[in-house]
Amino acid sequence: MTLVLILAISLCVGAGILLMLSHDAFRIVVGFAVLGAAVNLIVFLAGRPYTLVPPVIPQGSEALAEDAANPLTQALVLTAIVIGFALLCFSLVLAARVSRDHGHSDVTRQQASEPRPDPAAADSFRPPVMEDE
Amino acid sequence: MLVLGPFLLPLITALVSVFLRGRPRIVVGLVGGVLLFACSIALLLHVAAAGRQSYALGAWPLPYAIEFVADGLSTILLVLVAFVNLAILVYQAGWRELPEHFGIYPLIHGLVAATMATLLAADLFNLYVWLELMLMATLGLLVLGGRPRHHEAAFKYFSLSMLGTLLLLAAVGLIYGATGQLNLDALASITHQPDSPGALPAYMGLLLAALLLKAGAFPLFAWLPAAYHTLPAPLLALVGGLLTKITLYVLLRLNGQVFDVSQLHEALGWLAVITMISGVLGAAYHWDLRRILAFHIVSQIGYLLLGLALASQAAATATGFFLIHNILVKTNLFLIAGLMWLAMGHYDLRRGGGLFAARPLLAGLFLLSAFSLVGVPPTSGFWGKFMIVNEAFSQQRFVWAGMALATGLLTLYSMTKIWLEGFWKPLPRTSTVGIMRLPVAAYSAVIALSVVILIVGLNPEPLIGYLQQYSALNWR
Repeated sequence: MTLVLILAISLCVGAGILLMLSHDAFRIVVGFAVLGAAVNLIVFLAGRPYTLVPPVIPQGSEALAEDAANPLTQALVLTAIVIGFALLCFSLVLAARVSRDHGHSDVTRQQASEPRPDPAAADSFRPPVMEDE
Repeated sequence: MLVLGPFLLPLITALVSVFLRGRPRIVVGLVGGVLLFACSIALLLHVAAAGRQSYALGAWPLPYAIEFVADGLSTILLVLVAFVNLAILVYQAGWRELPEHFGIYPLIHGLVAATMATLLAADLFNLYVWLELMLMATLGLLVLGGRPRHHEAAFKYFSLSMLGTLLLLAAVGLIYGATGQLNLDALASITHQPDSPGALPAYMGLLLAALLLKAGAFPLFAWLPAAYHTLPAPLLALVGGLLTKITLYVLLRLNGQVFDVSQLHEALGWLAVITMISGVLGAAYHWDLRRILAFHIVSQIGYLLLGLALASQAAATATGFFLIHNILVKTNLFLIAGLMWLAMGHYDLRRGGGLFAARPLLAGLFLLSAFSLVGVPPTSGFWGKFMIVNEAFSQQRFVWAGMALATGLLTLYSMTKIWLEGFWKPLPRTSTVGIMRLPVAAYSAVIALSVVILIVGLNPEPLIGYLQQYSALNWR
């Protein structure tokens, strides 16, 4: 069980980082979704889903026994899923808008907010004036 | 219950303003802002009289309950944020960009609610949730403009912040898995035990990395100057004045208690120095007022990180003082930049000029805040920088102290650039801007902030004494 989870986490982290490093806005968003799944699994794994010791705090102690299962992480994951899902929906719409604004989804060629200096201009070392105020 | 007031009030204001339009919405916002300020003052007085206040949700016993704590540092920051919020709401009332957008007021109040809750939360997962709500409200504010540059800026902001979010969540999960605790006090007692879990420092490092990203430290500050400058002036002041500083407050609070990052302090110090220098160099390159000031946020974060890295009781006092000074001055400078935009017709300094002759009052207000940012005595910035650099010298960190002083010089350079280009140079002939009255509401907000900056600068003793009391209690 643990091995399967760890393999799944490594796979998701790898795939997520690969997608995040892409130039395409949509791939970046999917990369964050996959990486988010990996992080949720990490939190889930922190609750020791592999053990059979019940989650009961022994009398006189303030924390669970070292090897007891911990149900709280499932609540944490649930909250994280809700937040992650909201951000994912927002970012998908955002990526669609950005791509429509520019006519393509290559983030390296999108410079509406930070225009690059014109190399042919006399003061090409200076940042250009943002005109559309 | 008083402890919950500071974030329940703006939350209620946000909900009410969803259903209102036009003037009633502005009035409700201002009433909410005044109530919030009053509530924060009440909490400050209560804490000053009765000591640290804690509220455990659902009356669960600690450390299992979700706890909210108001102590010396958080209450003074609550009052400060409430004051800044009020000033920005007054400024916004007379502003002509986006005044009728349905989302603007709910998002402003929502952002303030999340800020207040972050200041009060004493639970690691709860902190994560509030930091996320701050991120969401900011994303909402970024896309309000609806132009291509707003969407693009929001996407850049989203990408790096999302990475920070995921790192933070992973760190919280791992720390919980290792210790079985999320409450900050309980974590603090565990990290100081000799038999604390061996992997805990690594998880703390991950938490530190995530918070540093959100605070805008080198090398992961690119999201900040890429996005902030697309916001209208009042929102820029709100976001630029508060967000990174609130994350720094979280770091400051963890640093004294939960983090035992003595291994990381050396690295943090160098990171602070590089952050300072790279921020100020970015500011030196740019000519757009908003971009210059956004890069200065990064540079000022460097000073605050230096305060954290020095890790002593005196450094904690100095960092707290610098944090308060920085929130005030940065907000005020962004608000002044908005007024300069109205008067010059452009944010780019190459297109503007002549403000010293046309608007002497504005020039005076700018000078006060600019001197304070640079650290010219006797302004508030001088005392903040003096205490941090002094502590660096007394710990024999000569390189760090020297770099901090050099950064001050470069800050002076870019403030001089704004002064020469915006105020002294005559307005270019091509400019079509006419003489118009600047909004009185906006002026009065800037004057109110300037008066507070002046008071803190001329009479820093009470504030320093107050912060010393706090750091003596909390620094282990």
